[in-house]
Amino acid sequence: MSGGLYSMEGKNFDQTLDLKRIKPYGDTMNDGKTQLSFTLPVPCTDEAVEAAKQLIKKMGFENPQVVFYKELTEGFTFFNCYGSTSHTVDYTAIHVPKVESSTMDMHACDTFIKEHIGRKIVVVGASTGTDAHTVGIDAIMNMKGYAGHYGMERYEMFEAYNLGSQVPNDEFIAKAIELQADALMVSQTVTQKDVHIKNLVELVELLEAEGLRHKVILVCGGPRISHELAKELGYDAGFGMNSYADDVASYIAEELNHRLNG
Amino acid sequence: MKSKVGLNFDKVAHAKAVSKRIADDVQMFVENYTTVAVERTICRLLGVDGVNKNDVPLPNILVDSLKNSGALGDGVMFTVGNAMVETALSPQQIADRIAENTLDITKLPVHPRSAIDAALQPCIEASINRIKARRARREHYLNTIGEGSKPYLYVIVATGNIFEDVVQAEAAARQGADIIAVIRTTGQSLLDYVPYGATTEGFGGTFATQENFRIMRTALDNVGEEIGRYIRLCNYCSGLCMPEIAVMGALEGLDVMLNDALYGILFRDINMQRTMVDQYFSRIINGFAGVIINTGEDNYLTTADAYEEAHTVLASDCINEQLALIAGLPEEQMGLGHAFEMEPQLENGFLYELAQAQMTREIFPNAPLKYMPPTKFMTGNIFRGHLQDALFNIIGIWTNQGLQLLGMPTEAIHTPFMSDRYLSIENAKYIFNNMKNIGDEVEFKPNGIIQKRAAQVLDNAIELLEKMEAEGLFTALEKGIFGDVKRPRNGGKGLDGVVPKKELYFNPFINLMKNHA
Repeated sequence: MSGGLYSMEGKNFDQTLDLKRIKPYGDTMNDGKTQLSFTLPVPCTDEAVEAAKQLIKKMGFENPQVVFYKELTEGFTFFNCYGSTSHTVDYTAIHVPKVESSTMDMHACDTFIKEHIGRKIVVVGASTGTDAHTVGIDAIMNMKGYAGHYGMERYEMFEAYNLGSQVPNDEFIAKAIELQADALMVSQTVTQKDVHIKNLVELVELLEAEGLRHKVILVCGGPRISHELAKELGYDAGFGMNSYADDVASYIAEELNHRLNG
Repeated sequence: MKSKVGLNFDKVAHAKAVSKRIADDVQMFVENYTTVAVERTICRLLGVDGVNKNDVPLPNILVDSLKNSGALGDGVMFTVGNAMVETALSPQQIADRIAENTLDITKLPVHPRSAIDAALQPCIEASINRIKARRARREHYLNTIGEGSKPYLYVIVATGNIFEDVVQAEAAARQGADIIAVIRTTGQSLLDYVPYGATTEGFGGTFATQENFRIMRTALDNVGEEIGRYIRLCNYCSGLCMPEIAVMGALEGLDVMLNDALYGILFRDINMQRTMVDQYFSRIINGFAGVIINTGEDNYLTTADAYEEAHTVLASDCINEQLALIAGLPEEQMGLGHAFEMEPQLENGFLYELAQAQMTREIFPNAPLKYMPPTKFMTGNIFRGHLQDALFNIIGIWTNQGLQLLGMPTEAIHTPFMSDRYLSIENAKYIFNNMKNIGDEVEFKPNGIIQKRAAQVLDNAIELLEKMEAEGLFTALEKGIFGDVKRPRNGGKGLDGVVPKKELYFNPFINLMKNHA
């Protein structure tokens, strides 16, 4: 351990915040301090530690520190490291596409629907394809909801159907037609080898083939999904981590209002 | 035994009596039926293996041919045994000819039962002896190189490639893991066949195949000898091939199997009639092979609330215990499931989790309970996640759980990295050693939060069980009693593979294996 409790290194860099050139913050503006941990496929030797330091430098870090290392099994060594990045980002030039709706709570959302739509909105949700995880769709739809946000089944002005997991895309569409759904919600949790992308694209293609794509609001969600990705795949909106039922419900209500009433 | 959580054991006995009646009622149904999966299992027990040129397993070809001729209710034992007498071929040769379309075993003259029994006898003995030898091999290892202490550290590998899984498994064993579970590829539970051979492609897991079992068993035996500790291998006999995978595991020396019809019904939408019949035979096989089964009650809490619905877990454990006893599976092999899944913000949540775990321990004193880590409220904050797993580990050692499925700080992010598994094993080993005898030292305040909670959960479970007894398990499942999930009796996958047993049907493996653990 070289750093010790107190940093004795000089702080002879510009310590003013410049949003055009931001860096990670450890305990001093612009110190660039970053935690890293990784495993290298080599035995635990002095050479392995040196390899880790060189790798960190190549990643753009100065003052690489290997603070912990341990051989996990023969030929694999785990490292915890720190470094100060030399890179910066222009924060002022960033534009992230976002779902453009205000988030209303359940009561405000129900009131909005009563006033603007005048009937219940029918939503059908499922975890589709081979994905067996219901945690995402349940968090958005189940009566109880998740982390204090009521699910859409509890909303007075939504008629919410949760088809559960491993629903094939064609069955999902058949159910949507049967229920005359206004909105379809797809949850994808398993993302190994991009299986979710393939599945999400297939749904869009099937909807287009059926001539249904423009008749429904189509949204997807999951831990690896962003609004940008969703748009790219042909969805109306995407909801990633830290999205709750109120975000999704508000979006669907406003979007439907926009489509029906301009 | 004095209850630490102040349990009223008369109530426990009542809960078990009610559960027994619920299970007996299910068994009345089960006795009259067989399934395509049960019959394929019998094919495998008679030595039928391999695939045709389109990769269709021969047990499927044989059983489907019986099903298509309406002869499935006669069973594989009768039809194949009769064909053996008629043709003097082995079961494997018979399957080969059915695959080539050169033999129809449903149109042969019927031979006397005594001749059929005599023809089958060598095949039956061969597979019984092979499973016994596997069991003896495990016991030999346990008596010579020994095993880790309980709670066993249970970790998963899930690379999709069995050869990469071996690398991960060896690393985990050297770091201290006692049980390696090879997670199955997404969707395998819904396949009505078992793929063949070694596999290197899977989504979120690796195909369960007999060859993959063999590859991993060999690797774990080698690493076990190297480190001087027997490493158990776990897989999943749930879904549509429940008994078939049980028999593959029995033949290849697996030690632990997920095996829970209720889980398949609720979370994989498998038809309840199908899977209850499949489960009975699979549990007989697991019992005979010395395999610890794991039940899936923990999953209820991923959809339902862990605090409010805790009693459904206990009720389901009680029913699963009775269903296992009916299949002759000893208590010592019942890894009944429960989980640490309460919302982390819940005030005194740790005390409620402790009450639940201690209560479950006392209600099933001989069972190596399977304790599942937090998953629902793992957020991607790996640092808090590591703490949640630490609290889970504290309860594991405190309440003497049997199989501690280690949580990973990166739960909800990716399937575990080698380093994630290392951090989790280190977490558990630190706590298990540092708090080793806390359970012997600490008693709970009479009528305090913990004792009151245990009493409340038991009372609620009894109320639920009584309701289920009045309705029957199938009706209760239709009403959504577990995990807030409703399943129709005639819905779900696999019902068309269920047929009533006919007059000529027999399955001697049931008597040879049941209660011979």
